[in-house]
Amino acid sequence: MDVHPMDDVLRMDRIPHIWCPGCGIGTAVTAFAEGLKKAEIDLQKTCIVSGIGCTGRVAGYVKLDSFHTTHGRGIAFATGIQVANPDLKVIVFSGDGDIMSIGGNHFIHAARRNVNMLVICVNNFIYAMTGGQVAPTTPHAAYATTSPFGAVEPPFNIPYIADSSGAVYVARWTVLQVRRLTDSIAEALKKPGFSVIEVISPCAMYYSRINRLGDGLDMMKFYHDNTEIRHGEDTKNLDIGFQTKIIVGKFVDRERPTYMDSYNKWLSGTVKD
Amino acid sequence: MKANPRDVRTGTYYMDGDIAAGYGALAAGCRFIGGYPITPSTEAAESFARIAPQSGAVFVQMEDELASVASIMGASWSGVKTMTITSGPGYSLMMEAIGLGAMMEAPFVILNIQRGGPSTGVPTKTGQADMMQSRWGSHGDYEVIAISPDSPQELFDFMIKAFNLAEKYRCPVMVMSDECVGHMSEKVVVPPAEEIELEPRRIYTGPKEEYLPFKPDQDLVPKMVKAGDGYNLYVSGASHDERGYPIIYQKGKNQSDSTARRLVDKIRLNADKIIELHEEKLDDAEVVVVSYGITSRVAVRGIELARKKGIKVGKLRLVTVWPFPDQRISELAAKVKAFVVPEINYGQVVYDVERCSHGEANVVLVPHGGAGVHDPEDILEAIEYAATEKKKIRKVIIRKTRLEKKVFGGGLK
Ligand code: SF4
Repeated sequence: MDVHPMDDVLRMDRIPHIWCPGCGIGTAVTAFAEGLKKAEIDLQKTCIVSGIGCTGRVAGYVKLDSFHTTHGRGIAFATGIQVANPDLKVIVFSGDGDIMSIGGNHFIHAARRNVNMLVICVNNFIYAMTGGQVAPTTPHAAYATTSPFGAVEPPFNIPYIADSSGAVYVARWTVLQVRRLTDSIAEALKKPGFSVIEVISPCAMYYSRINRLGDGLDMMKFYHDNTEIRHGEDTKNLDIGFQTKIIVGKFVDRERPTYMDSYNKWLSGTVKD
Repeated sequence: MKANPRDVRTGTYYMDGDIAAGYGALAAGCRFIGGYPITPSTEAAESFARIAPQSGAVFVQMEDELASVASIMGASWSGVKTMTITSGPGYSLMMEAIGLGAMMEAPFVILNIQRGGPSTGVPTKTGQADMMQSRWGSHGDYEVIAISPDSPQELFDFMIKAFNLAEKYRCPVMVMSDECVGHMSEKVVVPPAEEIELEPRRIYTGPKEEYLPFKPDQDLVPKMVKAGDGYNLYVSGASHDERGYPIIYQKGKNQSDSTARRLVDKIRLNADKIIELHEEKLDDAEVVVVSYGITSRVAVRGIELARKKGIKVGKLRLVTVWPFPDQRISELAAKVKAFVVPEINYGQVVYDVERCSHGEANVVLVPHGGAGVHDPEDILEAIEYAATEKKKIRKVIIRKTRLEKKVFGGGLK
């Protein structure tokens, strides 16, 4: 029988997956699977946690210890996994609505603590599985079903929040840059501490339809023509507008002791038996 | 399995209930508490935080209650015993994740030092008004176990009991205490480790390829492995099959129904093994005072006063509040005239007493708005009323306390 090249990291018995044609999540998962292999980390000691929604389904397709939790709580759940067993590396793989909205508080605090985890946030600028509602990442003036006259609120700049909250590794790629995304994932997986990779991805079903941007392929063409790689760019400058240029690259790569390292070091110096 | 001497601060103390709870959690083998401070439960978290590191356990003050309860579920699947500590509003915030915990069958404990509500209510004073929230608070169908300590000693002992039940039934276990017990200082005896029996995790030991994380044993509870053991677990809050895979329909049967049904059945069908009651003077009783937590100690005085007046009254204390002792209440209802139920709320557990009494015995609620405990005289009055009322009144009879009569006037018959 033919063995799929991803067979050892994906749950092939769960394929076909639920994602729409032209969706970018599948590409992000492929990059992730490749990145896992490339990083050559112990997959038995690697866990994946998701919240809910379209990207929240990722945990279920990846052959690691997988936890599919509730909306926004992936990072908090992963913090518990990590603290209870610091030998485990945790990846939280979820969408922008999940991680930056309801999970926003967990995101900034896990970054502050520098919990050893990699957060992969697929940003498709919209609540997809719920049916195309406005997200905290929806660009100003973009349409969503709950912003029928165009989004009024300014969107979050995810790398800036990650950077200012204390993440040690921050990068952004679109799903068009599969190789760079893969390399970035492999690199971040080996980095101890709180790493964040934002993956810009088309939601062909909602975001592009509501905004008349064509299908997934048209979105990919847009990324091709409108992304610019600027490694080390100040994260302040990474706002994303409606169909404006998207700056990608690796922006932050620094050293800070992880939460458990600080915890153990501090307590071994202060606690007497 | 015995407790680890490293975790047990053996000795005789004069300490408050909250502190005793922290000692109890550690003695039970708790290795991680993710918590968020809320009055009047903070001393329990502080107590654990102070003694945990010497035992290699960790306290993390999470960013909020949602994070606290999510983190302990992650920790539970990492293979450690874990709990969180909270009170009223914090407990409400945890409700979403309690459903997830039930669904993931992660063993964990929640200690709720109840305060008065609703909302901010009386943060520093007592209440028993989260009882129904424990039972029904999260969405969907599931069952939890709730036990209710009435003294600092029991706050120590019941932490161990709670962890044991959590491991045995793999469900959220609630320790439903209250501010009075939490802040009351009494003698607490912490026994030597070898006298503390702990329930080990139900670990799967068969062939690796055959493991199904949600395949139940005879008693409907599945065996567990932990993250990092190399099983490539899939654990989901979605309705799932025995592999853990989300499935809505399978071979014509509704999977959502069978997932939820087992979560309910594993508690309901094991209820006899779980339920613990304290009974006193029930042999000749015509009236039974049903109470739990701090209220059961106040009820003792009301019962004594009534007995002095020659009323045949006995005590039924719910050590386990959920699952509810349906069977025992029904048996008693067939024999006695009435139940008197004092609660520090406006009627919660009393409605289950009424349900199980099937209209055969009157059910008299002695409500209390919180911030304090009942005046035993109010319980006495209710017992006297219950003993003399001849009519069968097929609904809960709400007695006004003397204070309420003074404030609001009148009185219900
Ligand atoms: S709804 Fe959007 S995000 Fe969800 S699978 Fe379809 S294209 Fe992808």
